[in-house]
Amino acid sequence: MLNRSLLLKFLSAFIVFGAWEIAGHIPVSYAFPTFIESMKALAEMTFDGRLYAAYVETLKPLAIGIAISAVVGITVGLWTGLNNWFDWLFSPIFIVMQAAPLAALIPLLVMVYGIGLTSKVFVVCIMAMPVIVLNTAGAVRNTPSSLIEMGKSFQASRLEVVTKIIIPAASPVIFSGLRLGISAGFIGAILSELKITPTGVGDIITFSRSIADYASMYAAIFSIIVLAVLFLNLLEKIENYLFEGNVRGYASD
Amino acid sequence: MDMLQTNVQTEITTAAQADIAVSVSNVSKNYGDVEALRDLSLEFPRGQLTSLLGPSGCGKTTLLKIIAGLLDPTSGDVLVDGKAVTGPGPDRAFVFQDFALLPWASVMRNVAFGLELRGVAKSEREAIAEKYIANVGLSGFEKSYPHELSGGMRQRVGLARALSVDADVLLMDEPFSAVDEQTRRKFQEDLLSLVANENKTFIFVTHSIEEAVYVSDQIAILLPRPSRVSDIIRPTGLREKDMLTIRRDPEYLDIVDEIWASLRSYVE
Repeated sequence: MLNRSLLLKFLSAFIVFGAWEIAGHIPVSYAFPTFIESMKALAEMTFDGRLYAAYVETLKPLAIGIAISAVVGITVGLWTGLNNWFDWLFSPIFIVMQAAPLAALIPLLVMVYGIGLTSKVFVVCIMAMPVIVLNTAGAVRNTPSSLIEMGKSFQASRLEVVTKIIIPAASPVIFSGLRLGISAGFIGAILSELKITPTGVGDIITFSRSIADYASMYAAIFSIIVLAVLFLNLLEKIENYLFEGNVRGYASD
Repeated sequence: MDMLQTNVQTEITTAAQADIAVSVSNVSKNYGDVEALRDLSLEFPRGQLTSLLGPSGCGKTTLLKIIAGLLDPTSGDVLVDGKAVTGPGPDRAFVFQDFALLPWASVMRNVAFGLELRGVAKSEREAIAEKYIANVGLSGFEKSYPHELSGGMRQRVGLARALSVDADVLLMDEPFSAVDEQTRRKFQEDLLSLVANENKTFIFVTHSIEEAVYVSDQIAILLPRPSRVSDIIRPTGLREKDMLTIRRDPEYLDIVDEIWASLRSYVE
């Protein structure tokens, strides 16, 4: 009973990886390697530098796209939540963006922006931004009205009401939008490397599959999942640090 | 009943001579076609506690928010210390029914928040807040967050926040309705000492007849749709008595009965 939540995390990982290992031995398919084979391939790629080089490529559109989505998404979300005109102007765009089948739009993006970094950044943004905007706007609109009245009754200016009441009150939902948006952004980054030009991690996945090195393919997929989970945990730490009293505990703890 | 009526009449005449802190004259408030308040006039004597009592939907909270400057009346004027109200001001502080505490801020920051919004420097406002945290009996909880406190303690934070800005008029919107019965009784006793010790004017919205009679210098009975003041009762005799025996005083019981008799036909 050292740390129950940590113990449960290990147990859950053990069950999933155990099931993977067993499924690989049955085997479910020739193209499905065991967990241990995949980990061996992962170690090999890590040590010969292939994985590092791949991530340098993949993280470029990912980091730029997520940064743009977070900054623009939260800003636009705040405006749409605070102002009805902005809401009518912008909300439909992001609802359509969220509902649109992205894979079908990729050829259009390539036609307009070519096969370089710009198109890939766009794919990440299209995946990540709508949920950030819509969550932020919804959270702002749902600020408890008595908190806003409290601010006004103590003569807060409009700016103070926004910065000292509305934004902190909305922060848990803004952060949950960020978490969803960033995980969608990871999907977008890999999707763009599979659909536009094979670079980085997408290249490892495509190339390994073409030469039937399935262990490497699964190792690459596994590594991107681990990276996404680590990043989301970091985000949660940042949130806890910034808005301590808001924390009521998340499921991932 | 007749005797009480004449009693009330004489009390109204004495009230007119008292110093008036807040005066509401001919205030109407419409929400679209709905008339919430019609031509309502009422005066609040300085240094006393006036209750606004009435069945739900009678506009007592609307009236309180108009006095606070949070709502604009459709017509009519509100004067605080002879100055017309155009919005929230430093002369009034509000205590909320649901406490309205910032869940991400400590007790200290919550209590000092009113001063923070008024631009008081951090060390100064924390010294003031410290004093009022101690006054409401929350010393040692400065670093706690609202979700770690009981309902009663949360409202003490709300009260300390309102007291710390040192406004002349304290507006309380059913402040004790969300706390349990025993805490409420303690609050009512504390409120009586607060009225006696602080030279402030209290305007207190409640739907509890017993609570209004127990704490008030003056009770304005509001009747609904559209709201108007139907009666003003001043249980003056009770204020001289020991707070522990008020609830079995014949005058207390008579006034409670009389108010219920006048309100019962309006409660659906």
